[in-house]
Amino acid sequence: MINFQFVRTSVIKTALGLVSKDSKATFIAGGTNLVDLMKRGVTAPEKLIDINHLPLKQIELKNNVLHIGALVSNSALAENQLVKEKFPLLMLALKAGASAQLRNVATVGGNMMQRTRCGYFYDTTMPCNKRQPGSGCGAIGGYNRMHAIFGTSEFCIAVHPSDMCVGLVALDAQVVLASIKGERKINFIDFHRLAGTTPEKDNNLQKGELIVRLEIPINNLNKNFHYLKVRDRTSYAFALVSVAAALEINNNTISNARLAMGGVAHKPWRLQLVEEFLKGKPATTATFEEAAKLAMNGAKGFGENDFKLKLAPNTIIEALTLAKAKA
Amino acid sequence: MAEIDKNQSGDTRRDFLKKSSLFTALSLTPLTVLKAADQKVDERFAELFEKIPLNLKVNNKAYTLKVEPRVTLLDLLREQLHLTGTKKGCDHGQCGACTVHVDGVRVNSCLSLAAMNEGKSITTIEGLAKGDELHPMQAAFIKHDGFQCGYCTPGQIMSAVACVREGHANSKDEIREYMSGNICRCGAYPNIVDAIHEVKEGGKVI
Repeated sequence: MINFQFVRTSVIKTALGLVSKDSKATFIAGGTNLVDLMKRGVTAPEKLIDINHLPLKQIELKNNVLHIGALVSNSALAENQLVKEKFPLLMLALKAGASAQLRNVATVGGNMMQRTRCGYFYDTTMPCNKRQPGSGCGAIGGYNRMHAIFGTSEFCIAVHPSDMCVGLVALDAQVVLASIKGERKINFIDFHRLAGTTPEKDNNLQKGELIVRLEIPINNLNKNFHYLKVRDRTSYAFALVSVAAALEINNNTISNARLAMGGVAHKPWRLQLVEEFLKGKPATTATFEEAAKLAMNGAKGFGENDFKLKLAPNTIIEALTLAKAKA
Repeated sequence: MAEIDKNQSGDTRRDFLKKSSLFTALSLTPLTVLKAADQKVDERFAELFEKIPLNLKVNNKAYTLKVEPRVTLLDLLREQLHLTGTKKGCDHGQCGACTVHVDGVRVNSCLSLAAMNEGKSITTIEGLAKGDELHPMQAAFIKHDGFQCGYCTPGQIMSAVACVREGHANSKDEIREYMSGNICRCGAYPNIVDAIHEVKEGGKVI
């Protein structure tokens, strides 16, 4: 690993100041993705600001909105009683991610900041527009079994690997960002980006900004929900396709629906058009099949990942069926 | 250090590795350092090579250390504190061989920078037994033959102890799910699961 400077602080303002005035400085929280990338030589920050001692580890309910500090670990969030009761979909998504050891260290903010990536991004001998803009995409025409089928560009077809983020985008979370100028709040769905012509940018965080907390409004989607992750082995593997599904059902009619996918796009893939389609429909297999068909509009395979064009709709149908069966 | 590790010059294998890694370190310095060195800006040079003061406890023993920022907790344990029970497998958080407890929580020590562990209390496989009395999980691994080559075993045992303490060992399926971050290439999984299951069913506080 290339050497770097290391600065520890327990004051948010100090941390923000340190990164805003130094273009080669970056924050480190759990480090489970960043340290890995630094070891591989994919990234080489010259200064790390250790933010693990910042006071951002609270989980609290305020005016029907759950506030989650950015430094809460993935495992602490998954085991939190409020999350289990109010947002069990998020709990399932969290538990589907990584391993017990990684979840103990990985933070909420860090999970969001993990790189959208693929094998070509990690292999510094291969071209990758994300790692080195303009060098080309090894995955298009290469090994692309794990890659995206939605929202792809000719520059990058990598997928965002998070499960937590798929749950959060389905739950209408908001992200609070702080900088030396103050705070701003954006919708979770607008945090991550599609690759477009700038695949080097995974999200809309500006230089000098730090994720300080998430806010999730309480909803009635904690009865009929499911997170279904399909992967090459039963545990500790990235999703081929994952689906977060939540329904409100009254007299077998769907009154509210949330649907999002992982493993299929450069960002957590929310399916709002399909949600609108589901509202007012009977909660039947026929409805779920139509919804799955609608969800696949615009999907495109790249050869090795063509199987996802069939796996994705099947996973949606199964997730909706299991969500309905839950109550 | 075992005699078998000594070479003709009297250096141990570990000494040689340390010396050679110093040369590697010089070849891997950031561009700004090389530039600073080139311009003889000694202050900047020194600053960038500065070691970080670090206070932590390992197996209940307090240490005051200085570490380079890029040293991982795993390398600190093995190379500086000579606690080589914790193993380096993949070195990328994928295999779990490096699992230790930090403030009672299991983590992959290969993905944690040592400097991030200021004030923490670390427990490694060496800190599990009480003198000559094996920890119940160690005894159960022996009883159930929970290993073949043994390389993943320290990580498996540290992870297994945490798995039971967390309350995630209530069934064999749950054990398999919560132990998925520890890979055993010999495939001793059924015996590992049996060992953990027995310790959990034994009901002892571990």
